Amino acid sequence: MSRYARRRIVNIVYLAASIAATAVGLIFLFLVLYALLRNGIPGLSTTLFTQTTPPPGSAGGLANAIYGSVVMTLVATLVGTPIGVLTGTYLAEYGKISWIAPTVRFVNDILLSAPSIIIGLFVYQIVVVQMGHFSAWAGSIALALIVMPVVIRTTEDMLTLVPGSLREAAAALGTPRWRVIVQVIYRAALQGMLTGVMLAVARIAGETAPLLFTALNNQFWSADMNAPMANLPVVIFQFALSPYADWQRLAWAGATMITLTILILNILARLLASWSSRTP
Amino acid sequence: MAIATTTAQLDRQRVWDVLFHNVTRIFAVGVLILLGGVMVALGIGAWPAFSAFGPSFFVSMAWNPVTDQYGALPAIFGTLVTSLIAMVIGVPLALGVAVFLTELCPAFLRRPIGTMIELLAAIPSIIYGIWGLFVLAPFLQLTVQPFLIDTLGNIPLIGILFQGPPLGLGMLTAGFILAMMVLPFITAVTRDVFLTVPAVLRESAYGIGATTSEVIRQIVVPYTRTGIIGGVMLGLGRALGETMAVTFVIGNAHEIHASLLAPGTTISATLANEFTDAVTPLYVSSLFALGFILFIITFIVLAAAKIMLLRLQQRAGT
Repeated sequence: MSRYARRRIVNIVYLAASIAATAVGLIFLFLVLYALLRNGIPGLSTTLFTQTTPPPGSAGGLANAIYGSVVMTLVATLVGTPIGVLTGTYLAEYGKISWIAPTVRFVNDILLSAPSIIIGLFVYQIVVVQMGHFSAWAGSIALALIVMPVVIRTTEDMLTLVPGSLREAAAALGTPRWRVIVQVIYRAALQGMLTGVMLAVARIAGETAPLLFTALNNQFWSADMNAPMANLPVVIFQFALSPYADWQRLAWAGATMITLTILILNILARLLASWSSRTP
Repeated sequence: MAIATTTAQLDRQRVWDVLFHNVTRIFAVGVLILLGGVMVALGIGAWPAFSAFGPSFFVSMAWNPVTDQYGALPAIFGTLVTSLIAMVIGVPLALGVAVFLTELCPAFLRRPIGTMIELLAAIPSIIYGIWGLFVLAPFLQLTVQPFLIDTLGNIPLIGILFQGPPLGLGMLTAGFILAMMVLPFITAVTRDVFLTVPAVLRESAYGIGATTSEVIRQIVVPYTRTGIIGGVMLGLGRALGETMAVTFVIGNAHEIHASLLAPGTTISATLANEFTDAVTPLYVSSLFALGFILFIITFIVLAAAKIMLLRLQQRAGT
């Protein structure tokens, strides 16, 4: 075989392998989505939203878990976003000459990938142990700690994308620096920052590990932030591993609901990002 | 009069400026305090176990809530083995996808396929867990595992890795799911670093007649080696700490087996399963100790990943 032919064959094998790898990834995504839809769609009904989690062997819904997930996600986002935005602002606008910014950036990137169960342990130690009981507050704090790094990262990235000439133009008009940031830079980067918040919400919507030792779970309807609160991920965890068919069906329905919500949030965030990068 | 007002206004703005600057700085420093706080809080929680068992905690096989004896070895072993399997399966796949997206993919498919791969990272861990338990594990048990036992299981030396009954649940299943979960993270990083290769380099190689595979092997990979390693380490950091998916499929047994088909446990799965059932203070503390070990391991791996990626960035900047 000529050297040329051999090189061609090696090339084709390489390229075929890379196509196969991509196919494996895509097939895997579709297999997971297919299993969710197949097992989850039959369970989707209005009773999911109107009835609370049942004892084994009887019918019920996920109303208390849905409520708990929505409330804790909301509180976590409301707490985590401002902190994240302010920190991201420091990194992008003030941190140019200080040692703090590179260090914070480094640590933040580690927190971004750190195991979420560690955050659960941490919040258990500083909140649950101090309060003496599990609570929805503790769950929200744990989720807020996961929102924060995501928002810090996207805020910084989006603020650095704002052209320097905009800052200089505002400064030349005599605008104080904080006003330049709040009224000019934030406005220019708003869509990007919003994308970051949406991705953060998508990230915590399905987080289970940090809630296991903080919000715990609750078989009944509870709106008390000082008490354990039901939430979709932990209910799915508990129900899926149970031997009861009713519970497993609810787990699949909940899993389908969470996944669809997260995928929609992700796709919306991407559309928003591409839309904002097109309009100058 | 007018000048006085302006001065007062300027002063007020100056106060606001200082205030805003310092508030953002306080929150930024808060991130550092948070990391320190996590380490201290876990350390305090872990202390009773470390002082009760000493260094033998790391090498002890015991995990017995009845006699209150605990050791970390099975959990550490399981964590490392499942992550290793994940890397062995996931890294080639992730690099393949990155190569496809940067070198092969037609431009109009690049966005959609890239997005779909990224969506793999968006699916929550618990969804992979429930899928692994109800779909993947039965499939592996009935088809793949009997095949592995009959073929690879008979080969000397590596055969021991593929022996025993096909349970479906176990370290191999967990490793496979982890591979799929870390794939999008490794692909994202490697795709980005592949794109930093200057077009001139690539074109010169093509210009002297190199094939695509030769360009990848001899231009792209050497140029981006640090970045690839950084991306792989980032994936490893994710795999080590991944909790829910593993908890569903690992089998949760505090045992060490040579066979990859056997059940085991990982640090994170032990925490997820046992923390709320832990009754004695020493039990709780031992779980904290496991968490502390996991945190230190992932911290080192992620920090190393970050340093490598930073080094690449600096080189690209100069």
